[in-house]
Amino acid sequence: MVAAPPPRRGWHVSPLTAKLGRDLWRIKGQAAAIALVIAIGVMMQVMMAGLVASLSQTRDAYYQRYRLAQVFAPVARAPESLRPELAQIEGVAQAETRVTGAGRVEIDGRDLPIAARLLSLPDFGAPRLGAVYPVSGRALDPNARDEALVLESFAKAHDLKLGQRLTVTMNGHRRNLVLVGRVQSPEFLYTAAPGELIPDDARFAVLWMSRSALAANYDLDGAFNEALLSLTRHARLPAVLAAADRLLTPYGGQGAYGLDDQFSNRFVSEEIKGLEVSAVVVPPIFLLIAAFLLYIVISRMVQAERQEIGLMKAFGYSDVEVGWHYMQLVLAIALAGALLGCGLGIWAGQALIGLYTQYYKFPFLVFQMEPSAFVIGILAAMGSAAAGSLVVLARLVRLVPAEAMRPPAPADYSRAGRWAPGLASAMDQLSRMVLRRLLRQPWRMAGAVLGIASGMGLTLSMLTIYAGFERALDLTFQVLDRSDASVAFLRPMPPAALSALDRLPGVWQVEAQRHVPVVLRHGRRSHKSSLTGLSPDARLLRVVDDKGRRQELPGAGLILAKPLAKILDVEPGQSLRVEVREGARPVLEIPVVGLAQTLMGAPVYINLDALDRLLQQPGQINAAALEIEPGREVQLYRALKDMPLVAGVSLQSETKEAFETLMDEGAGAMRFVMGFMAFVITFGIVYNAARVAQAERARDLASLQILGYSHGEVAYVLLGELAVITLLAIPLGSLFGHFLSFAIAEGFSTELYQVPALFIPQTHGTAALTVLAASAVSGWLVQRGLSKRDLTAALKSRE
Amino acid sequence: MRFFKAPAVFARSLNEVGSAQTTAAYTTQGLTKTYGEGRSAVHALRSVDLEVTQGELLVLLGPSGSGKSTLLNILGGLDRATSGQVSFLGRDLTQMNDRQLTRYRREHVGFVFQFYNLMPSLTARENVELVTEIARDPLPADEALALVGLGERLDHFPSQLSGGEQQRVAIARAIAKQPTVLFCDEPTGALDSTTGRAVLRVLADVNRKLGTTVMIVTHAAATAAMADKVLHFADGRIRDVVHNANPAAPEDIHW
Repeated sequence: MVAAPPPRRGWHVSPLTAKLGRDLWRIKGQAAAIALVIAIGVMMQVMMAGLVASLSQTRDAYYQRYRLAQVFAPVARAPESLRPELAQIEGVAQAETRVTGAGRVEIDGRDLPIAARLLSLPDFGAPRLGAVYPVSGRALDPNARDEALVLESFAKAHDLKLGQRLTVTMNGHRRNLVLVGRVQSPEFLYTAAPGELIPDDARFAVLWMSRSALAANYDLDGAFNEALLSLTRHARLPAVLAAADRLLTPYGGQGAYGLDDQFSNRFVSEEIKGLEVSAVVVPPIFLLIAAFLLYIVISRMVQAERQEIGLMKAFGYSDVEVGWHYMQLVLAIALAGALLGCGLGIWAGQALIGLYTQYYKFPFLVFQMEPSAFVIGILAAMGSAAAGSLVVLARLVRLVPAEAMRPPAPADYSRAGRWAPGLASAMDQLSRMVLRRLLRQPWRMAGAVLGIASGMGLTLSMLTIYAGFERALDLTFQVLDRSDASVAFLRPMPPAALSALDRLPGVWQVEAQRHVPVVLRHGRRSHKSSLTGLSPDARLLRVVDDKGRRQELPGAGLILAKPLAKILDVEPGQSLRVEVREGARPVLEIPVVGLAQTLMGAPVYINLDALDRLLQQPGQINAAALEIEPGREVQLYRALKDMPLVAGVSLQSETKEAFETLMDEGAGAMRFVMGFMAFVITFGIVYNAARVAQAERARDLASLQILGYSHGEVAYVLLGELAVITLLAIPLGSLFGHFLSFAIAEGFSTELYQVPALFIPQTHGTAALTVLAASAVSGWLVQRGLSKRDLTAALKSRE
Repeated sequence: MRFFKAPAVFARSLNEVGSAQTTAAYTTQGLTKTYGEGRSAVHALRSVDLEVTQGELLVLLGPSGSGKSTLLNILGGLDRATSGQVSFLGRDLTQMNDRQLTRYRREHVGFVFQFYNLMPSLTARENVELVTEIARDPLPADEALALVGLGERLDHFPSQLSGGEQQRVAIARAIAKQPTVLFCDEPTGALDSTTGRAVLRVLADVNRKLGTTVMIVTHAAATAAMADKVLHFADGRIRDVVHNANPAAPEDIHW
């Protein structure tokens, strides 16, 4: 009871402040649960905003400092004299040219050749565009013909030392290069073996050589085969691309593309975009739930302290002063949660940034705290908490002191009593008490059910997405691609190449493939892609529809990966304009005849015979899928190593392994985080509901015990309500999570990879079990109090 | 579990108990209750010796903190003594565990409190049925309510009843199980005098008609006039016991 003199100056603690502290201590369990829910919301906000800031600022600074090009224009062979013309294109700030080429590297102790990309750096001075960040060693000596710089991550993966010699096959010729420096490059933040999407440092090499040395190897003296452009501030990218294409087409231009289509940048940018979306969507869910919980707690507290409130008012405290007293309590909980969340956010951000540096090779990546995220997090937490309680505090104003001083009338159940009379009549009195309490405040019950359901839905959707990835892995490697290895050639080869492969030791089956770089256009939409020509009876690499059934490749026409069809807004029956970017560069109109279910990349399939006819290059192939006799792999790999025109060999087992590592280390860890979050939400809600129910019914429960009801029966009345809420929430959460997973899959799927959303019963079970466990723990915590309780104290009447 | 195989005396019907007017319902010896320890210890009961005869109507008087409610709570199995013995029909209450005490309350004890303590979510009838559902040989709920003069309004919720009506529902709930003993802690404390007298009338009727032992704790000294025996409490002790040869009718009591 508060009999408070007006607050005095000095160090005197006002009685209201003392009351605040004691109230907080009294509801410490609930306060902690709510603060934890808030903390997780704020943590996500701080962590994700910080990650977005760290990644995007570091990326931008890195791109700028090392002059990453904004336009890449590959070409067959263009004279160096074209460079000034490229530089004069309107909107172009800088133009640079370079020589690039595919090659392969042999590493001691490894039977398979590794695909490599070779890039030139100017003989003298720094490149205008496309500079590298030196990690160790020295720059290239323009007079030396055999020096190379190597990408740091590759060097690390194979423990390559400076001064070490490396056998590199370029343009079919073996060269012995000496490594003089290890570097990083903004162009290769994210690297994966050619044709793959999962990062694997060990299976893709990038080497830089001086321009003249590299040009000599690729017969490009005085010429270039890639132009790099940077843009002025107001440049229009499509116009620049078109102008560059016009200039380069006569020299075999393969189509200029912007940074958005650059492999590494696309991954980094998609990652940042995904984080941005999550930062907007996830934290509000937690804050809303916290606001709801605070509303319940404060509403209970105000109800229980009517007399105190009346007394304070009678003493002359204003509504605002009394309201502020309770608001302080709410804000204290919100602030504590928010501060905890900020701390957790920094910690989690720092932990995650380490994970990011595994996939994105920044020379430096420090978790930056985003000051605005703290401000937004704290304000949003306190704002939503305050909003939740303002509704309750508005009631204070209406409370007349005299009315508040009378003992509370019994809660009115006459309305709830009229509901479901048939159901009630079939019940015993205890069940009736449970039922009517639920019905008396249906909105409160609905709120609790919705809260738990949303927590469960959130978890379920994440579990589903991750489980979906695993299914994707199975689908990819057991249904779509059943080959053991794929071999890429340096250039299109005659059919004899296939027979040569077939004759190699340990080869069971060979299937020809041809990849042709193209630009696909439909109406105003276009996409840089490549056609995959497969033989009609392909068994190793198969095209399946969304039901997982094998699709026949028709004599003519394209089968498009679904996400690509979406990008191009094209349906089966319509035609695509296909601009071939190699050879005679024909422009073709080809009908789309079907859609394919894919999980990684966005391939366009075509019958190999049809491709031959369209390109008028019969029998040419540039890749092959192999099925290998178990036990003879090593023999085969050695044989492949000796074929100079083989650009690279990738093993499905290694690809799969890389994918699994990614899942286990990165995404896999998130599963536990998500499970924990669902537990916290459910625990927060159920524990609160239980504590409120216990407080509101202390008298009822004590009365039941006095009437001779056993501990178990009394616990039934207390926890029955929670059980009903939990059981109602589970199917709802199941449904919610199901749809949310489809929405998330839709939102996160890009043409790089498709996030599959599937109905996986186990994930529903896991999510439901998490909710039940959280419910059980809070129920147990609350009912523990029943046995320890002093019965007479619960009934203590005011004497 | 021993308690569930109770001696025959526990299973006796109310009539048998009622006919054995001279049997002691409760006997206490050196009953002591202390809250806290050391210098801050509060001695609520100091070695109380008492005998309560079956079928008696007792009134316990005394200032706040004199120990009367504490005694009631210990006899009713709501609280435990610090030392001393309480025997109920020959059974030692102080030796019972929680489960046995629950069983004891369920079968033998009725309580009426100052603030009624009805379940707000149950109607008048359902509040009574709350007890009749678990009692061994209960009165029908309607009959118990009729006994306290509430033949109507059976389907009203507590929020729709006046204070006096709520207290009568509480009494009906307490007597519906045909308890051996009825404990009333300030049963009229929240009621005006007219309503209070009506409630006392009900208690007197229960005592006379059903033979239930009734113990009433009250501040209102005038209530003593209706008792067979009056216990005056002070400082945790029974200071005085007054036998009343001719108890007054509740209607004649004024306070």
